Amino acid sequence: MSTVEDRSATTAQTGGNRVKRGMAEMLKGGVIMDVVTAEQARIAEDAGAVAVMALERVPADIRAQGGVSRMSDPDMIDSIIEAVSIPVMAKARIGHFVEAQVLQSLGVDYIDESEVLTPADFTNHIDKWKFTIPFVCGATNLGEALRRINEGAAMIRSKGEAGTGDVSNATMHMRKIRSEINRLSSMAEDELYVAAKELQAPYELVKEVASAGRLPVVLFTAGGIATPADAAMMMQLGADGVFVGSGIFKSGNPAERANAIVQATTFHDDPDTIAKVSRGLGEAMVGINVEEIPQPHRLAERGW
Amino acid sequence: MTSPSSAPFPVPGALSVALSDAAPTVAPEAAGSAGRTPRTGRDVVVGVLAVQGDVREHIATVESLGARAVPVRRASELAAIDGLILPGGESTTMDKLTRTFGLAGPLRGLIDGGLPVYGSCAGMILLSDVIADPSTDRHGNPQQTLGGLDIVVRRNAFGRQRESFEADLAFAGLAATGPAAGDDPVRAVFIRAPWVEKVGADVEVLAQVPAAETPQAGPSDAAPGADLEPVARIVAVRSGNLLATSFHPEVTGERRVHELFIRMIRGEA
Repeated sequence: MSTVEDRSATTAQTGGNRVKRGMAEMLKGGVIMDVVTAEQARIAEDAGAVAVMALERVPADIRAQGGVSRMSDPDMIDSIIEAVSIPVMAKARIGHFVEAQVLQSLGVDYIDESEVLTPADFTNHIDKWKFTIPFVCGATNLGEALRRINEGAAMIRSKGEAGTGDVSNATMHMRKIRSEINRLSSMAEDELYVAAKELQAPYELVKEVASAGRLPVVLFTAGGIATPADAAMMMQLGADGVFVGSGIFKSGNPAERANAIVQATTFHDDPDTIAKVSRGLGEAMVGINVEEIPQPHRLAERGW
Repeated sequence: MTSPSSAPFPVPGALSVALSDAAPTVAPEAAGSAGRTPRTGRDVVVGVLAVQGDVREHIATVESLGARAVPVRRASELAAIDGLILPGGESTTMDKLTRTFGLAGPLRGLIDGGLPVYGSCAGMILLSDVIADPSTDRHGNPQQTLGGLDIVVRRNAFGRQRESFEADLAFAGLAATGPAAGDDPVRAVFIRAPWVEKVGADVEVLAQVPAAETPQAGPSDAAPGADLEPVARIVAVRSGNLLATSFHPEVTGERRVHELFIRMIRGEA
């Protein structure tokens, strides 16, 4: 820390890396819930969600209804911002930098450049350094996570397979990212150059991960989480927190299930508590087995 | 960090060598509230409320100063701690979880009994006696706090994430706190941060964001929607054994605020 040379000039700075990544640090240990109405946002806040994700259709409906899926209506996002005091996130299509500009203008707290929406650019992701508000991006492996961080993502979520209620892909992606980090940590320094090439990620970031033993940003998990036990398993696998999409508001008793998932996330290492909160929740979302989804319809394979 | 002394109050030169080499020792009556014996004879154990938030950063900062830090999620874990940190995070989430899991009551008792507590950001909100703009649930019940600190806070007062900022601040009382001490300003990171709107008579103001650094004027109770001239905003306070900051020293490598807090636990500041 250096002393300030010119006290007359303001030292205040918005949109810096520490403010962006720091925001995600404050969400750790928490649950971020997909909501499509102000009423759902209120239910999520009452349950103890650390943030809500405002979107037009939850992934299960996007999957069922098909068509092009885009950024939400600004009026709908406004109504959710108005309804709750917790942070509000919203999704932009991969590569759609104007949707991101609009979301920043609306004052959302985090943008999810998301594979759940239809990609707008099959080559480039958004240059996220240009924005004041931070971005979260999905990743299925370490190389993908580091490429997103290199583009300015301030938070990563493992992708899983959204809208299925099937947690198997989330498990696979968390384990994959974790094992690739462990592998880097065990390498000799002169092996990291080749590791960076293989990961298709910048050497500086690879080196940083190798020495810290974790990503330089917060790592949440997403995609298919439907029960308190699902959320707790993701935490035990090393997630810093959990996104729940269709799992809450496509279930029989959203308010109770939202409560239970929040509590199971905090007490993820306490089976007695998880058992207690898992009682009497009614129907979980019906779900789809990822294996039964034809390859072109798998959302996790969008983004690169 | 260990000391052979078991004296109830600091003895110059005998205690906490690592933390207080250059610091003058305060008079006993200035240390903490009556009725609680400051921890001096062994390493302090700092609990960090771990129901949600940036627990890891607080633990790392405390441990970098040579004290022990332990996460606390259950009432049964409170007996082992000498001081408590309420981390940054979502105050509504922490409020609900501490009440659901029976922590809020015991915590209020410990705060009343003089337990040293430091709250950053959401932690400041939890420590405040009054929230100017509490969140209200669907049934009309307002968000609650643990209380103890005679202040009124306003949540997200500096704005949303878009307005979150960092700035250099003068912070009273850090210069004399130990080896990490210095006159350098604190580089303070504010994330959807609260500010302190009113302080009680016994509350000491330690830091303010000067008017020129305040990104926006903020809401006015008197004239909602009115454009106010930016004014200095209170962002760090202390009253007895309670310390609170609107910002997050734990995410910048700034250790002096935690050092001050550990010295408060030891009865040295």
